[in-house]
Amino acid sequence: MADVMKKIPVREQDPKVRAGNFDEVCLGYNEEEAVAEAQRCLNCKNARCIEGCPVGIHINEFIAKVKERDFTGAYQIISESSSLPAVCGRVCPQETQCEGRCVRGVKGEAISIGKLERFVADRAREEGIRPAKPEKTNGHKVAVVGSGPAGLTCAGDLARLGYEVTVFEALHKAGGVLTYGIPEFRLPKDEVVAKEVENVESLGVKICTDVIVGRTESVDELFDEGFEAVFIGSGAGLPMFMGIPGENANGVFSANEYLTRNNLMKAFRDDYDTPIFKAKKVVVVGGGNVAMDAARTALRLGADVHLVYRRSEAELPARAEEVHHAKEEGIVFDLLTNPVEILTDENDYVTGIRCVRMELGEPDASGRRRPVVIEGSEFEMACDAVIMSLGTSPNPLIASTTEGLDTNRKKCIVAEEESGQTSREGIFAGGDAVSGAATVILAMGAGKVGAKGIDAYIRGKEA
Amino acid sequence: MFKILSKTQLNAVVWEFVLEAPLLAQHAKPGQFLIVRAGETGERIPLTICDYDAEKGTVTIVFQPVGVSTMKFQELNPGDAFDDVVGPLGRPSELLSLSDEELRSKKILFVCGGVGTAPVYPQVKWLNAHGVKADVIIGCRTHDLLFYEDKMRDVAGNLYVTTDDGSYMHKGVVTTVIDELVAEGKHYDLCVAIGPMIMMKFCTLTTKKYEIPTIVSMNPIMVDGTGMCGACRLTVGDEVKFACVDGPEFDGFKIDWAECLKRSQMYKTVEGEAKLRYEEGRTHEGGCGHCG
Repeated sequence: MADVMKKIPVREQDPKVRAGNFDEVCLGYNEEEAVAEAQRCLNCKNARCIEGCPVGIHINEFIAKVKERDFTGAYQIISESSSLPAVCGRVCPQETQCEGRCVRGVKGEAISIGKLERFVADRAREEGIRPAKPEKTNGHKVAVVGSGPAGLTCAGDLARLGYEVTVFEALHKAGGVLTYGIPEFRLPKDEVVAKEVENVESLGVKICTDVIVGRTESVDELFDEGFEAVFIGSGAGLPMFMGIPGENANGVFSANEYLTRNNLMKAFRDDYDTPIFKAKKVVVVGGGNVAMDAARTALRLGADVHLVYRRSEAELPARAEEVHHAKEEGIVFDLLTNPVEILTDENDYVTGIRCVRMELGEPDASGRRRPVVIEGSEFEMACDAVIMSLGTSPNPLIASTTEGLDTNRKKCIVAEEESGQTSREGIFAGGDAVSGAATVILAMGAGKVGAKGIDAYIRGKEA
Repeated sequence: MFKILSKTQLNAVVWEFVLEAPLLAQHAKPGQFLIVRAGETGERIPLTICDYDAEKGTVTIVFQPVGVSTMKFQELNPGDAFDDVVGPLGRPSELLSLSDEELRSKKILFVCGGVGTAPVYPQVKWLNAHGVKADVIIGCRTHDLLFYEDKMRDVAGNLYVTTDDGSYMHKGVVTTVIDELVAEGKHYDLCVAIGPMIMMKFCTLTTKKYEIPTIVSMNPIMVDGTGMCGACRLTVGDEVKFACVDGPEFDGFKIDWAECLKRSQMYKTVEGEAKLRYEEGRTHEGGCGHCG
């Protein structure tokens, strides 16, 4: 009998093997493992895990169905709250959300809620179970800008309420960051992302790719076409750089570029025409999930990879699981280290990076201890590529082409937290376009709030 | 899918396609670009919009096959379709922000190099429609490579053609013509140069000498074209700009040309290898002793 205080371990690809392929790292639970893990759930009356979920999945109820081996029933319960369970089960930071509140976690290990969610969603997909399309629409048209987690969630929720929803996507494939940003080895594109997008479409949502709202059509034109409300979930935007010498050299990339080439444009596959810079030694600058994704991608493309971060391990913004996986695969973490210059040869190709060592001083505005340069600690590291993963600043396109749409000091769209309402009537917003770079699940939460806000707005107009 | 309505070979190496893209055509303005992609495995290729017809819902692209993706474009025919045509991208030409009066008070010179002749055309045409006749210099290696001569003459003021080898009209490069025009006493308030990066660089060196403010249209490496990847960054004055959202047109005097030219070489080796593989894959029949 397994120790009830401990999680049923999940099977993973061996680190040495997976470092050389793009297949999914985590293999997920099988039926027996899932049922055994579900049996650990105490099915609390006042289930605190639900409070930790930004989209409010009825976690205890779906786990109860898993215990009974009613996986379809479990899927229907999750689907009431989430449009993207196969995605969330893989990329949510459960340890700080649902699992972080789990009562089991007080004395032992929390229930593996994420892995159970993934199992239920994968099983439903394998069996061809789709969320049910509403019987009839209510005749109201809503436009959603962006087909990332915020947009898809908002669209899915509105479609369930009977709205006729059209999603406009700038790129040639739907999914937003799920498609261009998060790598295949964490989130398979064809098997998982494309299928989740199809599920949203099966609710009646129409997705138009190759439409850049703000250029191909303006938000105001969408209203002219008869859309009664618009949700803006256009995501994060322009990558940030450090402003150090050598940053425009050949071999310096934003994590966005490196990941987009590989995920959306599939540079890792020989049958795709996309070129990617084949580096021998890569230095990734940054400590978030995107930095981990870039580092692990470079490793799989055959490079030795060092990750440089200016604070210590405790401050790494990435999920613990991602850091653990990166280390297992052989990424070297150079912590308390900060680049000051990128070194180049006469043709402007990267030859190395000059860094300084840091120590932690007093806490700064973010509450984290501020890194301070140690005098005289400068050193050089040889490398032929540098990937900057320092976050993004919002894309100004929609705000600059939509009159009366207020942005804040950081150029993020201003939206009310409880409804997603912006400064313009009928326009709602959520996700990274509002919050700045955050997580998939927070964007989904904002999409959900936006859908509720839009529903209330349109009902209010009718009354 | 975006249908190809017509395909015209403009010279030995340059092709013109007219595509069906109604939303794009309705919103396109001179100076902007679009991105096309053919086939699931193809790249996103940025091309400057060369003409557009809002009523017919069509846009015109002109390209010279250089890599695998553009070589694949060349094999498409009317009735075929591009998987993706997206845009208009980038900011419209700054000329569009001027009033007709301001435009008429300016003497404008366009300088086109090679395939850059195509994106100059909609700007000159637009000015003509606003009652402004701009002078145009077209530079090409040899007479056979010249295209759009008549089209351009219809909308331009004076048209000057120059060939490197002297096979047609002037002999020399575009900057020789600029020198001659200035020497003749012509005055220009603004120059717009579009063509290969190296030609735009030398053009700005010449116009700077005569203090003619010069706009150039940059065509760096891009991936998404919407401001997401930063691949197209370039230094303009003291600032790093993204050509896709801040451009593609910039003040030519402020551009760090050396950096731009080096950055444009970034994937040359990888692209060259891919091109060879593609060409050999089509024509190589074995018997070389290296293959099975």
